[in-house]
Amino acid sequence: MTRILLSRMEAHPSDSHTLARYEATGGYAPLRKALGMAPEDIVAEVKAANLRGRGGASFPCGVKWGFLAPAEPRYLVINADESEPGTFKDRQLLERDPHQLLEGIIISSFALGVHHAFVYVRGEYPRPARRIQAAIDEAYAAGYLGADVAGSGYSLDVTVHLGGGAYICGEETALLNSLEGRRGEPRIKPPFPAVEGLYAKPTIVNNVETISNIPWIVEHGGAAYDAIGPEGSRGTKLFSLSGHVRKPGNYELVMGMSWREMIYDIGGGIRDGNALKAWIPGGASAPWFVEEHLDTPVTIDDIASNLSMIGSGAIVVMDETTCMVKAALRVVRFFSHESCGQCTPCREGTTWLQQVLTRLEAGDGRDIDLDLLLDISDNISPGLAWPPGMTTICPLGPSAVSPITSLAKYFKDEVVAHVHEGGCPLA
Amino acid sequence: MTWSRATETRAAAILARYPEKRSAVMPLLYLAMAEEGGDLTEDGMRRVAELTGLSAAQVQAVASFYTMYKRDGVGRYLVSVCTSISCMLCGGDEVLDAVADETGVPDGETGEDGLFSVEHVECIGACGGAPAVQVNYELVEGVTPEQARSLCRWLAEQRPETVVGDDLQERFGGQRSFDWGPEEAEGATGPVPAFGPLGTTGERS
Ligand SMILES: Cc1cc2nc3c(=O)[nH]c(=O)nc-3n(C[C@H](O)[C@H](O)[C@H](O)COP(=O)(O)O)c2cc1C
Ligand code: SF4
Ligand code: FES
Repeated sequence: MTRILLSRMEAHPSDSHTLARYEATGGYAPLRKALGMAPEDIVAEVKAANLRGRGGASFPCGVKWGFLAPAEPRYLVINADESEPGTFKDRQLLERDPHQLLEGIIISSFALGVHHAFVYVRGEYPRPARRIQAAIDEAYAAGYLGADVAGSGYSLDVTVHLGGGAYICGEETALLNSLEGRRGEPRIKPPFPAVEGLYAKPTIVNNVETISNIPWIVEHGGAAYDAIGPEGSRGTKLFSLSGHVRKPGNYELVMGMSWREMIYDIGGGIRDGNALKAWIPGGASAPWFVEEHLDTPVTIDDIASNLSMIGSGAIVVMDETTCMVKAALRVVRFFSHESCGQCTPCREGTTWLQQVLTRLEAGDGRDIDLDLLLDISDNISPGLAWPPGMTTICPLGPSAVSPITSLAKYFKDEVVAHVHEGGCPLA
Repeated sequence: MTWSRATETRAAAILARYPEKRSAVMPLLYLAMAEEGGDLTEDGMRRVAELTGLSAAQVQAVASFYTMYKRDGVGRYLVSVCTSISCMLCGGDEVLDAVADETGVPDGETGEDGLFSVEHVECIGACGGAPAVQVNYELVEGVTPEQARSLCRWLAEQRPETVVGDDLQERFGGQRSFDWGPEEAEGATGPVPAFGPLGTTGERS
């Protein structure tokens, strides 16, 4: 069982979040090693690791770091906004091993020439915010932060920022606007944050899980990380399992297993001995999978070639008792609620999708409703392709289309039955 | 207008955390709420504007964007029930019904006596312990409708000064997303997230 991220909290459940335990288990040794390296050599190790971002877009971390523009000052911002329905992995990393993340922040900041880093934590996560703040306080007291990091002369400050309850602030440019004290509305890209980010300065935005891997990569070398897991999906990945599985929870896994193993072995199978109906493989934004996908591999690229995405690693399992119209409505309601409203297709389209699904679920649907849903969806994301076509500033709008195309592809009969039977045929 | 001396000191410390004053808007809005028992008032927003060098309209534009800034007032205990997809699959809707029924406060409203506000919320990152509930943003997972009723009764009877997640979990929770660390004593003193730099944490009594 390969462990990079969860080893400390599994071995020391009572105090894995403390500095004393962190140091006693080898913590901050990678930082000392990093401070003795040339910053560009650290970037090279992260590139060699082939670590792909864990926040949803799976962009190679080292490649992104390579885009950082030379202007000063530069910033590192950790995305701890974790709000994609089904996702709860970053919360565990923040609560149970905050020093691992913090050491990753310090090493990354040193490598990137950053002297002020931020951790943007969603507002509904006060406990994770308290834990990372406590770790930061301990690190200042121990000399790992401040004017002279571990006696190296390098200086770094870290500020924890609480969000205000808006999923869209997980999108990196909306997050930066929010951190600047503005409405959390995504910016048009380019310019990308690496060139013009926080306060229009070069900025790297990375996910909590991505950066929590950095101490291990520095300690063991990029090649060692690159030796774990299949090509394109190196290292370990945290998967959040929820819904109708017997054993929900976060699992640190080397990718490459089949979905059958993921759901039946790791997740313990379906509750109450029920049959599997569908699952969301990568958070609410991802198109759904069904039985025919059970023997396809769980890797970043295989999920993509099967026309969905690994996203944040959130797997939501639905059994045979689930009304698919209701499930789709719940997901669409989320995106409709969280739309920032800048783009008409997203703002209006998600509202209409919600209205049509609401009447279908209530038994007031019409024969044209499925076509209507697809038509509205086509206006949000032209062509209904995967990866989605975009008419909007950010991918939130197209995300609301995923449950609609999934319904049309796999559960057309169930939608039609809602119309003809005046409500859910399962009820 | 200025706030109490202690709150002004707190505001100065918050401003010092950022390279640009404007970035302090969000934490200062929380501070303004804490000062008024959870409500975001016109006066509060005006003080935030003064401190950050923004116009009152700019501060309002920010406040209105985020759901956690309660401009229409909020009860002493804000009960947030997750009804997003994973919690819905595990009975979150029934938990919401139980909370609304037990408190007599419908979804999205605040009771007349100001004790409870009830709201359904989207995913709060506790899907492995669905259905999940927060009281003043302190989390309790694996809540049945019956336990949700007991939780509301307990809040109404005990009226705790500080709401602590671990305490709620022990009394009213079940399945958790993952094992938690040692018991925490810190919690929320009002319907604002409990976070040290905001000065909104209290100790369990
Ligand atoms: C609507 C939307 C919401 C997002 N939410 C999150 C989030 O909660 N956490 C996160 O790390 N990334 C989120 N992302 C992805 C970020 O924009 C960004 O790609 C990521 O933080 C980069 O970090 P990484 O390269 O380490 O994955 C979201 C993207 C979109 C479009
Ligand atoms: S797609 Fe939606 S959420 Fe994204 S910028 Fe446009 S309106 Fe806002
Ligand atoms: S869906 Fe309820 S906590 Fe995630």
